[in-house]
Amino acid sequence: MDPGVDGSCVEVEMETGKQGNKETRRQGILGSLSTYIPVSLYTSRTLLWLLPISYLAILFFFPLSKILSLTFNLETLTTENLRTTYHVLRFTVYQAALSTLLTLILGLPSAVLFARYDFRGKPILRALTAVPFMLPTVIVAAAFNALLGSQGLLNSIFPLTSFPFTGTLFAILVAHVFYNTTIIIRIVGAALSNLDPKLEHAARSLGADSFRVWWNVTLPLLRPFILAATLLVFLFDFTSFGVVLLLGGSQFSTLEVEIYFQAVRQLNLPLAALLAVIQLVCTLTVSMIYSRLVSRTAMQLTPRSSLIKPKTLKQKFFVTALCLLLTAFFALPLSSLPIRSLFRLEADRGQRGDVRYGFTTDYYTELFVNRRDSVFYVPPIQAAVNSLSYASATVILSLIFGFPAAFALAKPTRLDKILDPLIMLPLGSSTVMLGLGFIITYGKWLTSPLLVPFAHTLIALPFVIRALQPAIAAIPERLRQAASSLDASPFEVWKNIDFPILRRATLAAAAFAFTISLGEFGATLLISRPEYPTIPVAIERFLSQPGGLNYGQAMAMASILMAVTVISILLIEKFRLPNAGEL
Amino acid sequence: MLEVRNLFKTYEGKPLLNDISFSVAEEETICLLGASGSGKSSLLRMIAGLESPDSGSISFNGLDLASTPPHLRDFGLVFQDYALFPHLNVNDNVAFGLRMRRLEQDEITQRVAASLKLVNLEGFEKRYVTDLSGGEQQRVGVARALAVRPRLLMLDEPLGALDRSLREGLLNELRSILHRTKIPAIYVTHDQEEAFTIADRVLILHDGNIIREGPPTDVWAHPESAYVAEFLGLGNVIEGTVLAKNKFQTDHGIFSVRCSHKHSKGDKVHLLARPLSVMSRVAKSSKGERSVLRLRASQPSLRHPLRTKTKLVEERRPSAINRLSGAVADILLQRDQYKVTFENGLYVYLDEAPKPGEKLSVKVKVECLA
Repeated sequence: MDPGVDGSCVEVEMETGKQGNKETRRQGILGSLSTYIPVSLYTSRTLLWLLPISYLAILFFFPLSKILSLTFNLETLTTENLRTTYHVLRFTVYQAALSTLLTLILGLPSAVLFARYDFRGKPILRALTAVPFMLPTVIVAAAFNALLGSQGLLNSIFPLTSFPFTGTLFAILVAHVFYNTTIIIRIVGAALSNLDPKLEHAARSLGADSFRVWWNVTLPLLRPFILAATLLVFLFDFTSFGVVLLLGGSQFSTLEVEIYFQAVRQLNLPLAALLAVIQLVCTLTVSMIYSRLVSRTAMQLTPRSSLIKPKTLKQKFFVTALCLLLTAFFALPLSSLPIRSLFRLEADRGQRGDVRYGFTTDYYTELFVNRRDSVFYVPPIQAAVNSLSYASATVILSLIFGFPAAFALAKPTRLDKILDPLIMLPLGSSTVMLGLGFIITYGKWLTSPLLVPFAHTLIALPFVIRALQPAIAAIPERLRQAASSLDASPFEVWKNIDFPILRRATLAAAAFAFTISLGEFGATLLISRPEYPTIPVAIERFLSQPGGLNYGQAMAMASILMAVTVISILLIEKFRLPNAGEL
Repeated sequence: MLEVRNLFKTYEGKPLLNDISFSVAEEETICLLGASGSGKSSLLRMIAGLESPDSGSISFNGLDLASTPPHLRDFGLVFQDYALFPHLNVNDNVAFGLRMRRLEQDEITQRVAASLKLVNLEGFEKRYVTDLSGGEQQRVGVARALAVRPRLLMLDEPLGALDRSLREGLLNELRSILHRTKIPAIYVTHDQEEAFTIADRVLILHDGNIIREGPPTDVWAHPESAYVAEFLGLGNVIEGTVLAKNKFQTDHGIFSVRCSHKHSKGDKVHLLARPLSVMSRVAKSSKGERSVLRLRASQPSLRHPLRTKTKLVEERRPSAINRLSGAVADILLQRDQYKVTFENGLYVYLDEAPKPGEKLSVKVKVECLA
């Protein structure tokens, strides 16, 4: 055994030895396990980690080191590059701050609405606000495009208004609010409904009117939660890629978009690397502040506030107005997408004269045709086939690499606790950066379509581990012992105890990996080959081409992806254990 | 002062409060006594203005409060789980109401100090409320409510979250604080000992109705219903049938009780056999020997109105009526007396412990509950 590993093993042993009864008992169980398996406990732990860690080393840490070495280089750190970086960083922070502010403006009243009021259709409205967060960015971009874009429903039905949307900062901000409002609702709403209503009662009885109760009691108590939610929203807005690229257009460059432009369009890899490093430093800093904040805000789990039905005129107005606003804001873009994909509202390119407007399934049938003047060398539906194959490969890969890590983390020793954040690190870095790392490190294999599922697995792995780990930890050793004491053979124990519990979690984890792979946009855009497009990449290409047919096909493709994603989300919700898979 | 009239309230379709009327006089402490779920906390919230009744009126000094929002009612609230503001220290908690009233800083400082002195927490100003013990937290809660000099103080099970040992001390302090400040108070509890210690008047709430109201000694002496007698733990409630005037047939024998109610023969009634008012007892040892003892009940003590001292005296002529008898099933030492439970579920308090299994016959004071 390698001396480093040996050293840490001794430490682990001392650690477990020091702790109380529970620890000793656990050691006993593990000890008895290792007598069944003819390898020592610590060697088997090392073996568990071998697979996932080497995967990360090859596909994440090595590319990361390449990016770093490319960055810290005199040729890279030129005044011009630094100036570009500064401008891009400034805009990134600016748009993220503005988006966060707008998200708070919509999110805080919504959090109050869901935490305090009881009204008809509440579960549906809550689910509606949560849907965007789980959708791939391309769908959100396509949905807003379908509603407000220059070829969208609004501008096609009322051609005179010609409301500019795509290509504006406004579009980026609105999509970000659409995406992240649910975070505010979830975090602040949960805190609000866990707040002891007696505190507000006490304040009122002491002479505070409702505004001063809010200002002097409720708000100060919610502050850490609002701050945590704000940081998280900022983080998502800061690293947003698809929305900015697809809705903002070329004049708005955030760090993510600029990395993509520099790497793919300008082939300026050093500048892309520099931007990526800046990006990583920023996101890690914000994440660290966030997790420190979260660890300090202990929260009770039982909701204590009672819900009230809106009674006074003011309350009725607040609830009705906000419900209408939220419904319109969330339902309109999501429903415009499938509607727009089924209606021809403008002439296709080159089409003159007899164009029939109205209901059509052309955009869907066209996906199966390989036209010479089209954007692709293959029938567009091939993108769906590619996406499904990549997603299947990602499911298999992420389960292979996720299971050992999840097993190790289910009963973590100190070594495991050190390795845990390493496994989660790819989450903190952006997908575009992962793609850039692949380009820099494994550029010569870029012709192979195999690289895509490997990149997707990197992104899906943390989610898969977090979905599996609680299920594995939830299998009490007592159950196995009870089963064995009832004369069950090891195989029967596995069949009757482990398998039924793990099956659900595995399905949930698989659905996670599948969904992530289907919607992945940033990394895929950088490393996928033109002849092997995925659905999101195809949507991007359709949207960037002129003409009604291309636009319609983008809508059709996005509608298909939305349907598949929604089904996957429902499967995850059905199979995952409570609290599992939350990151 | 406070006048509650014909208050009705339903909760999720079920009646919670049913035609409640009562009043609180100047300098008076009343106690709402009832089992959990009897609607007493809800009643407090309505008086505070945090909940509204379905019908009925609440007025103070003749003014209807229906349109007065809670923050203008000037009623202090003390909660079972303290409800201290966790983001503020002791000083800011106590000063909260004063700041809401926009008082001068000098006055605030002075009144906070005075309030903390009242609850024996001088020098606690800078402490964080989360660092205090339960008893200290509740003192802060009381100081916070008193600092604004409310017109009425409402205490919702203020000692409910405290240990028994702490409870007695704080209860006596509350009693003297209410006495000194002369603030009228409504004290809500389910603990009858607390109620009897602190209240000038007790109101017993059951199924949304006030079923008994009066000074503690009065309620103790005349519970007037089987529920009150059982809820207060006054003794054995026995069902009986009227045989003749002052004669009742029960499962435990015939009881002769002087009764002022109008009964006709065959009526079902409830009798109360007070376990503490043991008149005499006859113990039958296994050998069949009989030792005859006589016990005389003394006056209830002021401090513990439910407990009396008994003296053992030899009984000369044991009579057969008004006796609880049976084999001893359980003996429990409570404070300085033995609670002796028979196999039939009846119980008495004795100064001496009998032997388990011993057959015992005890003459007790019995009254008719109607």
